Parts: sequence; C-alpha cells; structure tokens
Amino acid sequence: MAITLTETAAQRVEKFLANRGKGIGLRLGVKTTGCSGMAYTLEFVDEMHPEDMSFESHGVRVIVDPKSLVYIDGTELDFAKEGLNEGFKFKNPNVKDECGCGESFTI
Amino acid sequence: MALLQIAEPGMSAAPHQHKLAIGIDLGTTNSLVATVQSGMSTVLQDEHGHALLPSVVRYKEDGNISVGLSAQAAQSSDPKNTISSVKRFMGRGINDIPDTTHIPYQFRDTGVGMVQIETRAGIKSPVEISAEILRSLKSRAEKALGGELTGAVITVPAYFDDAQRQATKDAARLAGLNVLRLLNEPTAAAVAYGLDNASEGVYVIYDLGGGTFDISILRLAKGIFEVLATNGDSALGGDDFDHRIFCWILAEAKLPPLNQEDTRVLLTKAREVKEWLSENSDAQITSVLSNGKLVNIKLSAEKLVELTQTLVTKTLNPTRKALRDSNLSIDDINGIVMVGGATRMPQIRQAVAAFFKQEPLTNLDPDKVVALGAAIQANALVGNRSENDLLLLDVIPLSLGIETMGGLVERIIPRNATLPIARAQDFTTFKDGQTAMSVHILQGERELVSDCRSLARFELRGIPPMAAGAARIRVAFQVDADGLLSVTAREQSTGVVAEIIVKPSYGLTEDEITNMLKSSFGLAEQDKQSRALREAIVDADRLIEAINAAILQDGHLLTADELTAIEAELVSLKNTCASNDKDKIVSSVEALNHASENFAARRMDESVKKAFAGQDLNKLVL
Repeated sequence: MAITLTETAAQRVEKFLANRGKGIGLRLGVKTTGCSGMAYTLEFVDEMHPEDMSFESHGVRVIVDPKSLVYIDGTELDFAKEGLNEGFKFKNPNVKDECGCGESFTI
Repeated sequence: MALLQIAEPGMSAAPHQHKLAIGIDLGTTNSLVATVQSGMSTVLQDEHGHALLPSVVRYKEDGNISVGLSAQAAQSSDPKNTISSVKRFMGRGINDIPDTTHIPYQFRDTGVGMVQIETRAGIKSPVEISAEILRSLKSRAEKALGGELTGAVITVPAYFDDAQRQATKDAARLAGLNVLRLLNEPTAAAVAYGLDNASEGVYVIYDLGGGTFDISILRLAKGIFEVLATNGDSALGGDDFDHRIFCWILAEAKLPPLNQEDTRVLLTKAREVKEWLSENSDAQITSVLSNGKLVNIKLSAEKLVELTQTLVTKTLNPTRKALRDSNLSIDDINGIVMVGGATRMPQIRQAVAAFFKQEPLTNLDPDKVVALGAAIQANALVGNRSENDLLLLDVIPLSLGIETMGGLVERIIPRNATLPIARAQDFTTFKDGQTAMSVHILQGERELVSDCRSLARFELRGIPPMAAGAARIRVAFQVDADGLLSVTAREQSTGVVAEIIVKPSYGLTEDEITNMLKSSFGLAEQDKQSRALREAIVDADRLIEAINAAILQDGHLLTADELTAIEAELVSLKNTCASNDKDKIVSSVEALNHASENFAARRMDESVKKAFAGQDLNKLVL
C-alpha cells in the first residue's frame, strides 16, 4: 500500500508549501461527485486526523484517509505541463473509466 | 486528463467547478495577468514566454486587431492606427488631454463625454481599445488555466476618479470579464508582499513605471488600506532614463541629428544598457547606423548614476510632498514597496533607502508585483481561500457631496470612508411652491462647487408645492465595492424618486486630482472664508425673497415712508451682496431686519386679528 510522487511533483509541492509558509504535507483523496462517479481532491494539510495514513515520497509527506486509499492505492502523482497549462496529474492504476476531462473516474 | 492544483484544506472544488480568478494589472505601458495556483500567485506567460504584454493595440489593414509586441513593432510604420498608452485617455474629455499636438492620433471630440480616436477600423473609444488589451489577457489566462474564468480583479491608480474607474470597468465588461473588484495599484502591491497580514502599519509604495511616477502612502488598520496621500509626476519614468543615455551617446559619439530608424535603434540600445548596468559595472554600446557609421563607446555604471542623478532626485520631491500631506515623518513608515521595472536600478534603491533610512522591499519582481497582488485578492474574492481571512477593503479617494444654495458643497461621504458605503442626508426646498430640485453631484475636498469636480447632475421633479423649507428630500449616496457611485433623491411625503448611476462623461487630469487634494489642505482658511461669504449671501437672498413676498401680500399695512425705508434697505442689501464683502452683507442684513421689524409685528397682529375675527373668545381652545 503506497502513494508516491514523481520527483518533479515532489519539488513543486515543496515549493508551494514553502511559499504558503505553513502546512505539514499534501492530502490526496477522492470524493463522490463528478460526472463519472469519483473525483480526485488535492489539498494542503495543516493537521492530520487520527485515522489518516501517511506516506513519505521524495521528502514530501503524503496523507490519505483510509476511505480514499482504497480507490487510489498505488497512485503516482506527477506534475505536468500541457501548453500554457500546468498542474498535477493522478496516475491511478485502479481506474477503469474516466470522464472526458479526466476530473472524475469510476472503478 | 485534467491537471489539478492543490487547494486549501477542505476547499477542493467539485469537477468542473473550479473557481478560476485572475488579477490584471492594466498598465499605461505594459499589462499583465496573474493567478493563484496551488496557493501561489504567479504571473501567466504567453506562448513565447513573455509575461509583459505591451499595452499597444493596432487596427490592421485586413480588419484584424493585433495587441502587444506585434502591435508595438508597427508603431512607427502605422502610427495613426497603432494606439499606445490609451490608459491616459480613459474617462477623459478632449480638454483634459494636455497637449494633443505631439500625439499622432486623430482625436474626435464627441462634445459629450470621452474623447474618441479615429482609426481605419472606425472611431474607437479608449474603453474599446482597453477592452482589446483585456481580451488578449483573458484569452491567455483561459488557455493557461484550461477553463472559464469566474472573475477578475483589475487594478487602477489610486488617484483614478469615478469616471476613470467606470471606464475601466466598462472595458472589462466589453472584454467579457466579470469584474470582481477594482483595486488600487498601491494596495495591490502591498497585498503581494503580504502586508495585509500584518495587523497595522504605514507603507509607502514607490512606483516608477515606463512613463509615470506615483508615490502612495497607505495606512493599514483592521484589514483596511487607507490611502493617506498620493503624489507623483505623470511625465517621469524609465523612458526618461533611456533618453538621458541616448543623449549622452549622441554627444559622446558626436552624432548629427538622426533619422527615426536610428533613433529607435539607439533608444533600444540605451534601454538595454540601462538594464545591463543594474547588475554590471560597465557596458559596451555597439551599433551600426543606417549610414554605415559605427558607434562603439563604453558606459560605466558610475557615469550612468551621474547622468541620471537629477531624475532620481526628481522622484524625491513628490515623495516629500506626499509625506507632508499625510502628516507623517519617515520614522512612522513601516515599509517601502518598490513597483515598476525602473526601480531595479541600484541608484534608485539607494536613493529611496537613504531618504527613508530603511531598505525598501525588493524581493518580488517590481514589474509583476501589482498583478500578483490583484490575483491574490481575486482568489480570495471568489472564495478559494480558507479560514476567516479578512477581505481587504478599499476606501473612497476623494469626498463626495452635492451642491447646496450659494454654490457650496455639502459633503455626504467623506474621503477615506471604507467601501462599500451608503449615506443619506435630508435637504429641503429654498422657495415657496418649489416643485423641482436639481441635484448636482460633486467630488473633491474643497468648499465651493467651482473648486470641486462635477460628476453628474439630475433633477427631482414632482415635489408637491409647499412653503420653502417644508419639503423633506432625502438624498442617498451609495458607493459599491469598486468605488462606483449611485445617488437617489426621494421626496419623503409623496415618495417621488429620481436617481442616477454616476457614469461621468470625462475626468480630470491626474495632476488636477493631486492638486485638488493638496489645495484643500493649503487653502483651508480661504475656503472657510468663501463659505462664510456664500452663506451670508444665501441668508440675504432668503430675506429679500421673504420681504418682497410680504410687501406683495401685506403692503397696505405700511405707510408710504415705511415702504420707502424698507425698499431703500432692500436695494442697499442687493448692492452689498454684489460686493462680496461678508461683513458688509451681514450688517446690511441686520439693517433690513431692523427696518422691517415693525412691519413684521404688524403682519403678525393682522393675521392674529384675521384668525380671531368673529370667533367667540370663550369657545377658543388655545
């Protein structure tokens, strides 16, 4: 069971956290909305909940709640540039189908 | 798949519901767009990696419109259809533009309102031209953020009046942007540095752009940035430094007057040299002119300082004045923010540091700092920020009021009131049976209408005829968060209403605005006297009006002698009113009052007699 970051993604997260001036890590999760079932969430973490699972990847603390983990276990988070747009990308091995835009998915 | 950004804890948006917000620095020379991504404010670049978009719009022969660098490149070949620095004309009439002879554009004076520029694509207003710049930034942002924008914050100079603010807002609307708020440029710069996170403090924003210099002193208290003073020089900027270097090259290389092409080439060289010398001690200037002559000279950083020292000093005078207007000393200043590309020059930083006896804040890119601050504010306004972050409030730059009898200004909303704000005040009629009232809205700090700026005028009609002073007319002023004003006048007994949204036709020059502010301090005593004089005249007029009405009605109560005496005093009072001598008017009013005392008493008796005539004294209930 693990969630990992690519090196580029980790560098970005570190930079954003440093700029923000506070926060202990990055939270990955899913919520049940969206056009195709589930949607990813990506947030800064200021405090952990007791049930949270925590991973370490390239020096960045990745935090996931156990309910989300079952949907995204094995995910690698990457940072990518597409034209002028740049941002984080979930590479989730559990996904069977995603909506056209890729913001939500089903398993 | 879609690219995601990191949200604040608990603030993740549902798919397709990301609230994309941008901040735009709509500058005279260059414009920028920024956004907050993963908690960090970043300036968005175009396809070629350029962050700055030159604020130049060209209407091309083929009917297309180009904006930015490509338009700028065509400036000398197609000057009439290539419009730059259009911000100077926003919300201005033809009379507000100081000198149109040096401007290549064909201005059209529409008579009412903003100046228009004739291009091959037809007559364009500054609002339409600015909208092209905004449209270009909007499409850049949409490409970079991959979605539709929720809204934008656009910055304007602190001294922009309502006409200029409204014009900016109209341009944004025309470009299809939802304006969340207009934000003062110095305030945006302060936000970019996170100064709004401090509980309080006084900050100086030193903004030396390409062609303009602005100095603002802000006080932060309880989440509100109050503009204490603004000053500047609308004809001083980085371009003047380039010009000094250019002139030095001409003299040093003993060049004859150059053609346009060579001038442009050498001015560009001058700018490059200036930028290079900010980080190096020597620069080599090499250029081949169109006649084949080679220019090859060396300029040291030291020499550059010597050449431009007077320009640097020139910025300190407005700085001193602003400080004086704010009634502060340099010890009260908690920080200095540097804005504008020209503030990269070490001699400027040193001069500012020496003046304020502290190092200015320079760690953010001075070209970008305003856009970065605007983006942070936009992000907060669309609700992407968590916690109970205070939303930054802005203040009204100059007091708003209406004209009252005698050409006086009654202030309704004072300067530096926080926005949004609504204030109302009751007014009444001046004459018997008055059925309409003209509401004249003014902005400024002075006491007399003639010294303030007229924003708009409207009439409230349908007031029921009543004795003078009996009607109650409530005039309500409302200023929204962008500093835009709407005024309503309502007659309280009948409920007749008239209202106006202030969309003033044209504005003042920025010098006039700063002068208005300054003169209100310097001329306070003179203003007080003019007010007293006007008040005395209004009193006198009222008395003349009343006595004339009384004579008309009850003239038979007077003997011929008495009537002559009163009429003599009436004439004398009318004459003294024209003299503009307050004391004489006051004593003349007293004389007339005195001469008509008996008359007033007799009228009173007469009306009592009339009321009681034929009444049984015992049945009267008193």
